[in-house]
Amino acid sequence: MNNFDYARASDVADAVRMIAADPGAKFIAGGTNLVDLMKENVAHPSRLIDITHLPLKQVDETQYGGVRIGALVPNSDLAYHPQIAARYPLLASAILAGASQQLRNMASTGGNLLQRTRCSYFYDTTTPCNKREPGSGCSAIDGFNRMHAIFGTSEHCIAVHPSDMCVALAALEARVLATGTTGERSIAFADFHRLPGDTPQIDSNLRTDEMITAIELPAKGFADNYSYLKIRDRLSYAFALVSIAAALDIDRGTIREARLALGGVAHKPWRDRNAEALLAGAPPTRESFQRAADALLRDAHGFGHNDFKIELARRGIVRTLTQAARGTPQSQSDKRVA
Amino acid sequence: MAQRSALARKARERFSSPAKMTVSLNVNGVERKLTIAPWTTLLDALRLNLDLTGTKKGCDHGQCGACTVLVDGRRVYSCLTLAVMKDGAQVTTIEGLAQDDALHPMQQAFIEHDAFQCGYCTPGQICSAVGLIAEGHARTADEIRELMSGNICRCGAYPNIVAAIEEVMHGSAAAGEGGR
Repeated sequence: MNNFDYARASDVADAVRMIAADPGAKFIAGGTNLVDLMKENVAHPSRLIDITHLPLKQVDETQYGGVRIGALVPNSDLAYHPQIAARYPLLASAILAGASQQLRNMASTGGNLLQRTRCSYFYDTTTPCNKREPGSGCSAIDGFNRMHAIFGTSEHCIAVHPSDMCVALAALEARVLATGTTGERSIAFADFHRLPGDTPQIDSNLRTDEMITAIELPAKGFADNYSYLKIRDRLSYAFALVSIAAALDIDRGTIREARLALGGVAHKPWRDRNAEALLAGAPPTRESFQRAADALLRDAHGFGHNDFKIELARRGIVRTLTQAARGTPQSQSDKRVA
Repeated sequence: MAQRSALARKARERFSSPAKMTVSLNVNGVERKLTIAPWTTLLDALRLNLDLTGTKKGCDHGQCGACTVLVDGRRVYSCLTLAVMKDGAQVTTIEGLAQDDALHPMQQAFIEHDAFQCGYCTPGQICSAVGLIAEGHARTADEIRELMSGNICRCGAYPNIVAAIEEVMHGSAAAGEGGR
C-alpha cells in the first residue's frame, strides 16, 4: 500500500469540506473494496477521510411511507433489519446473496454503491485498462471476458458493476441522497450509475465533492411477489455471472406492475422499461415471462467468452419471475433453484 | 547520475511517512496502545506489533477468511481493516477465546469433530463460527454453510466444521432453554 494521510471527519459538512479541499482524498467507511484496491495499487489516495463516526447509521421511516437508510448502516444490519426484512425482502435477499458475512458486517450501504468493478484487467496493473488508466485501451474486449457485460458496453470498456444490493435498489426505484459543498440533492437510482461510454473511469454521477448520506426507498416494497436469483460459479461468496431481481404487483390474476433488474450484465444494474411494460396487464404465465425476457435480451451482445450469459439471463429471468409470481422467492441458503 | 538522485528524491517524497498515530485497542481484554502508520492493517498490527500470530494472513485480500477476528463482537476480516479506524475498539482473536485453562466450546467442538487438517484456516474458522453463533441467524446446516462461506478451507474439512458448529449451536440453544 502507498503511504497516505488519515483524518477523521467530525460531521457531514466537515467531510465534504475536506474532500473538496483535496482532489487526491477519498472517503473510507467499510473499506472492504478501497483497502483492497490500495493494496493492489489500483487506488492510491493521498488521504483517507474516515467517515465512520458520522451519525448516518439509522433506518427511519420517511413521511411518504418509505424508509430512509443511513449511508453507514452495515450491509448485514440492513439485511436483517425487521423493517427491511418485512417490507423490502427483495433488498434483504439481494444483500444476503452478496459477499460473505464478514464483508457484510464491514461494508456500508453507501460504499456498496461506490464499489468498483472486479474486472480482472482493472485489477491487473500490468495490463491496459481504460477504467484504471484512461486512454490505455481495454484488455477485456479481446481478452478473457467471461465475467463481462452484455448490455450498454462501449469500445472503451465492457466491465460490470459487481453489486447485488444495487440490483434490488434499482428494481425498487430507490433514491440516493448526496451532500456536497453546494447542498443536498436526491438522485434517482437509475441515474446514479453510468454506462462506460468514453469515460469508463467515472462509475457514477456522484460529484467528487459529494458524499452519499442516505438511500430512500419508496413505500411500495413488493413484499408478496419478489425473488432474487443469483447465478454464479460457486454456491456462495462469488460474483454473479447473471443475477435477476424480480418484483410483481399481481391483482386477481393480472400483473399490475412489474420490475425487473439484472446484475452481472452491465456497467450498472440493468433495467428495461419496455420489457417491464410488456408484463403490465398480462397474466403471470410462462409465456408472458418468456416474452418479457426475449424483449429484454434483444439488445444483448456477447464478446465471445460471455456469450452464454444471454441464454443464461433469458432462462434466469423466466425462472425468477415464476418464483416471484408463485410467492416462492429463491432462498439464499438452500441453493436449489425451484 | 543526476537522474538517479532525482528518482531517489521522488521515491523519498512518495514514501515519506506521514506521522504515525497512537491507537488504543482492547485486545483479548487487555488495553494496548500502539503507535502505527495509518496504512497498518489490523491483521499486521496484531501479528507484527502485538505478537499475536494466531490470526493468520492467508490471501490478504478478503477472499479467504483466515484473518477473521471479532471487533466489538462482530466478525470481520482484519486484513481489510485499518487499525487506526478501530481506535477504542474491543478485539477478540483466537488467543482470547479460552478462559484460563478451559477451551472455548467452539475450540473444543473443532477438536472433537476433527474439524481441521493443516489448521491454517482454523483460527479464522473458529472466530467466524463464534461470530455466527452470536449473530443468531443460522438454524440449519444449510444456513451454517451459507453464513460460513467467507472462510475457505483448502483441506476441505467443511463437513466436520459444520458438525462442530451445529453441536455448539444446539448446545447453546439448549442452555438458553434452561432459562439462562
